[in-house]
Amino acid sequence: MPSALPEGEPAPPSGELPGYAVKALGSAPFGVYVHVPFCSVRCGYCDFNTYTLTELGVDGASTGTYADVALREIALATRVLGPNAPTVKSVFFGGGTPTLLAASDLVRVLDGIRAAFGLAEDAEVTTEANPDSVTLKFLQTLATGGFTRVSMGMQSAVPHVLDTLERTHDPDNVATSVAAAKAAGLKVSVDLIYGTPGESLPDWRTSLDAAIALRPDHISAYALVVEEGTKLGAQVRRGQVPAPQDDDEATKYELAEQVLGAAGYSWYEVSNWARTEADRCRHNEGYWSDGDWWGVGPGAHSHVGGVRWWNVKHPNAFAARLNAGVSPAAGRELLTADQRYDERVLLAIRLVDGLPIDDLRPEGVTAVAGLIADGLADGPSAMRPRRVVLTLRGRLLADTVVRRLLAF
Amino acid sequence: MSPMARIALEPHATPPDLIRNFCIIAHIDHGKSTLADRMLQITGVVDPRAMRAQYLDRMDIERERGITIKSQAVRMPWEVDEITYCLNMIDTPGHVDFTYEVSRSLAACEGAVLLVDAAQGIEAQTLANLYLAMENDLAIIPVLNKIDLPAAQPEKYAEELAKLIGCQPEDCLKVSGKSGIGVEPLLNKIVRDLPAPVGDPDAPARAMIFDSVYDTYRGVVTYVRVVDGNLNPRERILMMSTKATHELLEIGVISPEPVVCKGLGVGEVGYLITGVKDVRQSRVGDTVTNASKPGAEDLGGYSDPKPMVFSGLYPIDGSDYPDLRDALDRLKLNDAALIYEPETSVALGFGFRVGFLGMLHLEIVRERLEREFDLDLISTLPNVVYEVYLDDGKVITVTNPSEFPAGKVGDIKEPVVRATILAPSEFIGAVMELCQARRGTLLGMDYLSEERVEMRYTLPLAEIVFDFFDALKSKTRGYASLDYEPAGDQVADLVKVDILLQGEAVDAFSSIVHKDKAYAYGLMMVSKLRELIPRQNFEVPIQAAIGARIIARETIRAMRKDVLAKCYGGDISRKRKLLEKQKVGKKRMKMVGRVEVPQEAFIAALSNDAASGGDRTKK
Repeated sequence: MPSALPEGEPAPPSGELPGYAVKALGSAPFGVYVHVPFCSVRCGYCDFNTYTLTELGVDGASTGTYADVALREIALATRVLGPNAPTVKSVFFGGGTPTLLAASDLVRVLDGIRAAFGLAEDAEVTTEANPDSVTLKFLQTLATGGFTRVSMGMQSAVPHVLDTLERTHDPDNVATSVAAAKAAGLKVSVDLIYGTPGESLPDWRTSLDAAIALRPDHISAYALVVEEGTKLGAQVRRGQVPAPQDDDEATKYELAEQVLGAAGYSWYEVSNWARTEADRCRHNEGYWSDGDWWGVGPGAHSHVGGVRWWNVKHPNAFAARLNAGVSPAAGRELLTADQRYDERVLLAIRLVDGLPIDDLRPEGVTAVAGLIADGLADGPSAMRPRRVVLTLRGRLLADTVVRRLLAF
Repeated sequence: MSPMARIALEPHATPPDLIRNFCIIAHIDHGKSTLADRMLQITGVVDPRAMRAQYLDRMDIERERGITIKSQAVRMPWEVDEITYCLNMIDTPGHVDFTYEVSRSLAACEGAVLLVDAAQGIEAQTLANLYLAMENDLAIIPVLNKIDLPAAQPEKYAEELAKLIGCQPEDCLKVSGKSGIGVEPLLNKIVRDLPAPVGDPDAPARAMIFDSVYDTYRGVVTYVRVVDGNLNPRERILMMSTKATHELLEIGVISPEPVVCKGLGVGEVGYLITGVKDVRQSRVGDTVTNASKPGAEDLGGYSDPKPMVFSGLYPIDGSDYPDLRDALDRLKLNDAALIYEPETSVALGFGFRVGFLGMLHLEIVRERLEREFDLDLISTLPNVVYEVYLDDGKVITVTNPSEFPAGKVGDIKEPVVRATILAPSEFIGAVMELCQARRGTLLGMDYLSEERVEMRYTLPLAEIVFDFFDALKSKTRGYASLDYEPAGDQVADLVKVDILLQGEAVDAFSSIVHKDKAYAYGLMMVSKLRELIPRQNFEVPIQAAIGARIIARETIRAMRKDVLAKCYGGDISRKRKLLEKQKVGKKRMKMVGRVEVPQEAFIAALSNDAASGGDRTKK
């Protein structure tokens, strides 16, 4: 079951934004996220807003008609953001499984974005991909259409771990798909999950080594979070599967840092490592640096100038709204200055460049010395003057660090 | 012929030989209030339509728990052989904590109705009160109640009662308070068998206070039984123990609503209003006399209420402290036994150390504070009062473990009680085992019948305070009953066990326990806290210590990870909301040194479970 949307105030049917938010456009990089809410099967741990094809009826949105519906929301976005909307610096197709759509449809949506806002010369355009659902031809079509990057859902190289996660892909296909993406001229990222029940430390090491052997440009590693409402969540609650252990996940994170570091990958966000600065995912950096983005698709979240909003979750409801000329936004939050400050602290601290000390309020500045003394943060250095940067220990305890910086 | 009296007798002018003063001795649930209700109805003082269940129990808690905390006295007319009598039914509190109040109620009567559930037989408290009544030379009327219950065994329990009070089984009346069966014969028997009060009408007035209740509108209402002379409106009265004088603003009887009268004479029971605002100025057991013509001596038997159990009460929300103070000040007006003084705890903030007559008194006060004053409270583990003898000859009275002197001390004295336990004989072994584990000494044992036995023990009060009653009930499948009364003190091998978080003692968890139980207490608390206190960014040792000696230890390992792995689009709102929640939750965190302890951990650690000592940890 997809997780619930946040609570907020109702969004206006026109999708209209407050004037101050629109005016703020352009002061930060602008991106577009496209959510593709389809999967061939739902994995046991997943609480994302995605639907297997059989869950949906034929009416409304389906893989065949989805691109058209998405383009309709992009048209709405141009009306809402107005003529001064900035050029798009990054596009990210996520899911779900975007590669369940035809490559031509993905390109068609990208074309729509380009036509609506313009796409920067060096724009980063990523799609997530399931190793089982891409071919060289598919990837070539994407590359030709303007895609620059593909993020492969590898999760693990160990069969019993993939089984527990209910990932159905064939581990061997990962290598084939990565090779195909490279051949098509795309940058490659692979996603890993650690802390799956039953995963040993050597298992995790095997997965890390396998990921490195693919020589991707970028690796993400996420601790498994057991979400309520998922099949795995129910299994854990019933005691059929042990819950992930924080200590085990901490050890695995430390191993990841060590192994990835030795292989030439540097962390730039708590869960993300890249070969070089140019290999970082700029789209995601926008999320952590107070960037603006429009999220297209059911359940997609957007942020523009201190306003966060989110769309209705179900693809059919989403399609119906757009077909009726109504904004698919279900709710929104107009962030207060205090909330924006809290967000800035909690997001920026996740980055390797850390948090500018000058951005902190006095109580935050006061807390810095203690964080350094406790080995949670490094103080300003020649490389990063006037910034607080998490240590390895601090990266694992980022929550604590945030609470201390916000002084509660 | 209706036995209902045609004309009630006029107070002040009632000849003593037409008065019968009695009380009902019964166990909780044995139907005293229902029987009293039925008497009110049958004697006609309450209109059947106005009848509400348990008419005499005023407070909500009493009504809900089915127990009587405060006694009252009702005047009822009753006709026997065409002579109208005046019956004064003096309601007695039914619990062990209020033994003194019971004794004063009994002292106001010439006779007692011993009311026993015909399906359950006599219980320990009833037995204790029966003995008290017999010591006071009260005439006893044995009555079996609930005889219409299918499980009733009136013959069997009549034997038991007969043996206890030395009468014939057939002397036991069989009634049903619920249906009214046998209530008229009981009223007749009260008139025929109970002695009339005797006193000197010409002597200076002497009346005994057997209850004192604060009323928001009237101030203190004092219930008295006149022994000699008479009390009249507008005269000045003198409280013989406190030497305070008051003007009698109003005098009356309860029937069952207050009725103003011209005065009270020998043997009569009624109420006085003097305008005082605090029950401490009109104390139960004191003798009231005429200020201008005082009696030579008081009636005797007065003693100050003495708190036996102490506990710290703290508001969960620190800003409620002034409200808690006001609430205690209000309750005090109506509760002469309630004492308290401000106290601060490192762990719990500002609160009060409160003294109670016993555990029920504690529970009732706590419940009233929460219910009537809408306060959320934490209470610390209850403790008794210790006398600690120092080497230099000084004696320290310890009502809070934190006052326990550090370093070497001489003798330590703890209060002991004389306990009476009634149980089916199959549980003798279980009861003995329990009492032994609680440092009890068997004083004697008697069979009430083949199946029921009365066991008498001395036990340290501290052991009873620690969930003894629950343990007794669970070991006897609910069949045992318990009564106890203070029986002095004894020297015992006691130690203070401190609980330390990262080397810092948490005052709220310190406890004075017997040396042999220190380890069990320490172990129980440290393992409990290990479960309750969330991991911190550093390792937190939890230790139990006697002085500098560590007797138990657990460690909460340092938390290594709390970061949220994924933080993209929608996660940001989620994460910020979580943070906002944590900010609010932080207010409920208490700091012990550097350790953050959620308020819930204190509540859970101090809950009844924790009070079970070594007992429950074995399960």
